[in-house]
Amino acid sequence: MSAAASPTARRRPRALFGTGFARGFGRGWLLAVFVFLYLPILSLIVYSFNDSPVPNRWNGFTFKWYASLVNDRELLAGVWLSLKLAVYTACGSVLLGLLAAFALVRYRRFRGRTVFSGMVSAPLVMPEVIVGLSLLLMLVSVQRAFGWPERGVLTIWLGHVLLGLAYATVVIQARLQELNPQLEEAAMDLGARPFQVFALVTLPMITPSLMSAWLLTFTLSLDDVVLSAFLSGPGSTTMPLVIFSRARLGLNPSVNAMAAVTILIVAIGVLLASYAIARAERQRQREARAGARDGG
Amino acid sequence: MSAAPAPGGSRPGGPGRRLRLGRGAVIGLPYAWLIAFFLLPFLIVFKISVSEMDGVRFSDLLTVQDGVLQLTVRLGNYLFVAEDELYVRTYLRSLGYAGATTLLCLALGYPFAYFMARAPRHLQPLLVMAVMLPFWTSFLLRVYAWKGLLGDGGPVAELLIALGLDQLLAAGGLIGSPGKLMNTPFSLLVGMVYTYLPFMVLPLYATLSKLDGRLLEAAADLGATPWAAFWRVTVPLSKAGIIAGAMLVFIPCVGEFVIPELLGGPETLMIGRVLWDEFFSNNDWPMASTVAVVMVLLIVVPLALFNRYQAESTEARR
Repeated sequence: MSAAASPTARRRPRALFGTGFARGFGRGWLLAVFVFLYLPILSLIVYSFNDSPVPNRWNGFTFKWYASLVNDRELLAGVWLSLKLAVYTACGSVLLGLLAAFALVRYRRFRGRTVFSGMVSAPLVMPEVIVGLSLLLMLVSVQRAFGWPERGVLTIWLGHVLLGLAYATVVIQARLQELNPQLEEAAMDLGARPFQVFALVTLPMITPSLMSAWLLTFTLSLDDVVLSAFLSGPGSTTMPLVIFSRARLGLNPSVNAMAAVTILIVAIGVLLASYAIARAERQRQREARAGARDGG
Repeated sequence: MSAAPAPGGSRPGGPGRRLRLGRGAVIGLPYAWLIAFFLLPFLIVFKISVSEMDGVRFSDLLTVQDGVLQLTVRLGNYLFVAEDELYVRTYLRSLGYAGATTLLCLALGYPFAYFMARAPRHLQPLLVMAVMLPFWTSFLLRVYAWKGLLGDGGPVAELLIALGLDQLLAAGGLIGSPGKLMNTPFSLLVGMVYTYLPFMVLPLYATLSKLDGRLLEAAADLGATPWAAFWRVTVPLSKAGIIAGAMLVFIPCVGEFVIPELLGGPETLMIGRVLWDEFFSNNDWPMASTVAVVMVLLIVVPLALFNRYQAESTEARR
């Protein structure tokens, strides 16, 4: 359609890349970047079925790398440890993140607020080698003084929660900020005590954000190499540490199989979780609408 | 603690006191945690960086000698880092790769975020989800996959060679010789851009999708061509997104360890690896701490600029 066809059409803003060739260019760019983002994931899945131990040469279809995975004690122990650690990390991060987000959103003024918000978000950008080194050096000093803690799952957990706290706070804070304060005020007017207001009004409204923060910090912990390497001790080798040490030596087909399995599990998990979060969200909106109707 | 009047009354011993108690716990718990596990460790790193190894213990900063408290600060490690060409060159190289990664992410990510924000409304949540999804699969495994894609005989390597692009990369000094793409500056940059691209796209998309379309209409009404409107309206209004994205990419890139380990080569040694080696291979804790402190100083400058910019822009919005 020609833009000059009618006076009203001419007044419409003609944004850059709005029509014809330019629109095709935009779609092409989107597609190309998505290919770039997904190519490695696809290649891992494809190569996990390759019979040849040398990647990049297709020798036929096989399941043998999956079979070898089942007997890989080192890797399986790492997976189990990583899963446990990720659950603890996610719980700790969400709990502390909820408190931190609440402090930042609800208490506009308290002494040291700037330092506090800076410390909360610093691990988001700080290189992990620095965070890992500093935490380890402190733990070593503490251990020299008190003989505790040994490096192990607990020390890795400390590092992961530090990182997870930053992400959890961002997610929960965003949600708390857009809450309608009138709902809480109404509850208080009706005689609810502060803790009741929090448990019965605030908490249900921020549950979706708590769920996404939990999932985010869970995957973060499951994926972390650098902090784990600094903070782990003998007997606490997580899955990424096993994969990293093997990947440094070269390509390893059982790592491809491992990758394919993780991708499958994560894909199912994310689909189920986003479904659950969307449902909780719809439920909340329905209740809010019903409440508004009854109230009016 | 400043005693702001608590909402809901403040009879002594009544709900007011309990509120203050709750408030103290809500702020105090994460605050104490962060001081113990974030701030204190940094102070210890700083202390160790100005100490010397004395057997298995570090020399004390404060000693009492003849009844006089003495502060002993040894700057030997810092002088060594400043004078040793290897360290200086490695820091510069890390900054260079981080800068190049940031620019490439911006070049690739800005149009991407722009087209995403211009896509039909109902498609946008789906597109955001598609950008986020790789986040949920292991970063380590995705970087590792590039080893196969760019290695000898790998599909991406074959494609680039077939297109003759390897000659171009070799001429640009990004790979040593045509035909070999892995363990070069090129493969390192591919891995870094790949990993950090979403960190650039998401803040850019957040600002571009909130852009007020009426401003573009106004520009068009005043006779601006689409290009002029883009450069003089869209780009300046997305400055906050550009700066946020650049910070989220640049700073972690400076200290990146995993990607250079897996995809880099002998000539792409970065500062994260140097810190790692000083600590784990040489067991030289003061030196590792010094490297870390200098790295923090390099990062604090852009971060401070960013914070000032943010403060200014919130100031301007009022």
